[in-house]
Amino acid sequence: MNKKAVVSVAVVVAIIAALPVLGDNYLMRLGTMFGMYATLALSWNIIGGYAGYPSFATAAFFGLGAYTGALLQGAGVPMPLAWVAACASAALFAALLGLAILHLKGHYFAIASLIVGEVLVEVATSWRSLTGGGMGLNLPVLRMGVEAQSRLFFWSMYTLGVLALLMNWLVARSRLGFGLNCIRQNEDASAMVGINTKRYKVMAFTCSAVLVGGAGAMYASWVYYIEPPDVFDVLTSVKPIVMALLGGAGTVLGPAIGAGVFLVMEEVVWRNFLDVHSAILGILIVALIFLLPNGLLGLAIRRRKAAIVARLPTLAKRRKA
Amino acid sequence: MAEPLMQIQGLESGYGEIQVLWGIDLEVHEQELVSLIGSNGAGKTTLLKTISGLVPPTNGSVLIDGEEYAGRRPDQMLTAGVAQVPEGRRLFRTMSVRDNLLMGAYMRPQNDPGIREDYERVMAMFPRLAERARQDAGTLSGGEQQMCAIGRGIMGRPRLLMIDELSLGLAPRAVEMLIESLLELNRAGVAILLVEQDVATALDLAHRAYVVDRGRIAMSGTARELADAPEVREAYMGI
Repeated sequence: MNKKAVVSVAVVVAIIAALPVLGDNYLMRLGTMFGMYATLALSWNIIGGYAGYPSFATAAFFGLGAYTGALLQGAGVPMPLAWVAACASAALFAALLGLAILHLKGHYFAIASLIVGEVLVEVATSWRSLTGGGMGLNLPVLRMGVEAQSRLFFWSMYTLGVLALLMNWLVARSRLGFGLNCIRQNEDASAMVGINTKRYKVMAFTCSAVLVGGAGAMYASWVYYIEPPDVFDVLTSVKPIVMALLGGAGTVLGPAIGAGVFLVMEEVVWRNFLDVHSAILGILIVALIFLLPNGLLGLAIRRRKAAIVARLPTLAKRRKA
Repeated sequence: MAEPLMQIQGLESGYGEIQVLWGIDLEVHEQELVSLIGSNGAGKTTLLKTISGLVPPTNGSVLIDGEEYAGRRPDQMLTAGVAQVPEGRRLFRTMSVRDNLLMGAYMRPQNDPGIREDYERVMAMFPRLAERARQDAGTLSGGEQQMCAIGRGIMGRPRLLMIDELSLGLAPRAVEMLIESLLELNRAGVAILLVEQDVATALDLAHRAYVVDRGRIAMSGTARELADAPEVREAYMGI
């Protein structure tokens, strides 16, 4: 990314961060959702976009983070500490899980990662003494005004999203990102030239979990009440993938753009077609992914390339003259 | 005789429940060209993959300079000087030819001046690659892809280069060119372990050869001896 792009991204990030100035509660809720969606999509991008491993484990990390945060806050741990602990628990879980399932490829990996969330639902539902089972868990209510709260959660979730963006940027620039890119293209060849594929894949999987765990815990603190089917919802795994594909998987900014577009679509469709909103949203998503195989960012890049090609003859002429 | 560069004893491996190698004994000396021949499914590819660390061995030993390397990772094998050119070539398709070759030097320190030298060497060896250095590897013809894969192996500056199915799916002209290059490489001091389905060619090139059959070494000897052996002529050369 060049300097100009970095500056414009920083400006956009700063403008969105100033959202509370408007003081609109609905907008604040949307902004918080955007922070959360961006965190999930950007996190998935590390394992799914860079490494090319179709992970459906996002819901598992999210739910695990939510329960870790909720249980710790219930035990009297201060909220920010509980969030950090949720990040750590999701990361540790992902590292161990990665060691167990990252030798699987393609569909096999997708199914294995999908099942993990389902297993955790069962655990959370049946371990009543710890999690309250199907009754769910209540979190301690914060002693602050409604507006202060919505500002707090917006900024927290948004910060998490910005951290996820930074993580993507750092990974893309690092040896890890380079190795993941190679693994996506050809894992056997990567191993043969000496890339430690297993270590890189586990690192990517851990990166894809750490902030998702934090998002889960923030979500729990935000809504005050969690139950297994809510925080382990399979849609939490699917939506980030759609967002990343929509914006451009394997790019730094794509998943964040996709998260914003997805959120707007979801809100518009939800408001106008309450009865059939999921059907319409589904059709829209399928259509968009068909029409934009490399995401919105891919479209922009293609446009720019086409513009350069269109100018080629004139450039050649100019050189001759 | 001096200590072999690589000595394999009783090597066994397989995939999950299925055992493929049943105790392979084999050695490759410095600067030697050794061929592995045998029918499809005999375990040749599995043997190379087990040596290079892509498939974990279940038993046996792989000694490099007398040191145990069985069960090491591919990057550790590379550091020990053993590189593999995989079957089906396995290039990074959307990377340029140049980048694919440089990937072969992934394990070497980035400021190693030898990388530049080796790159020039590969370019001199395969002028076709030099012409296409900036093209995506996915756009190369089969023969060019094989050159690129071999070049990538050379870029790791191995002492032993293992090549799986050199001629598979390639035009005869391309095969001839590749063979010339391999002989040149071998004369320059790199030991080669070659898996080749064209038995006549394999025996023509090699100093020594092994016949692999159902996961075991069925015969071994100098290439001359094997080429004259009636069993080999009947089973693999159709004479």
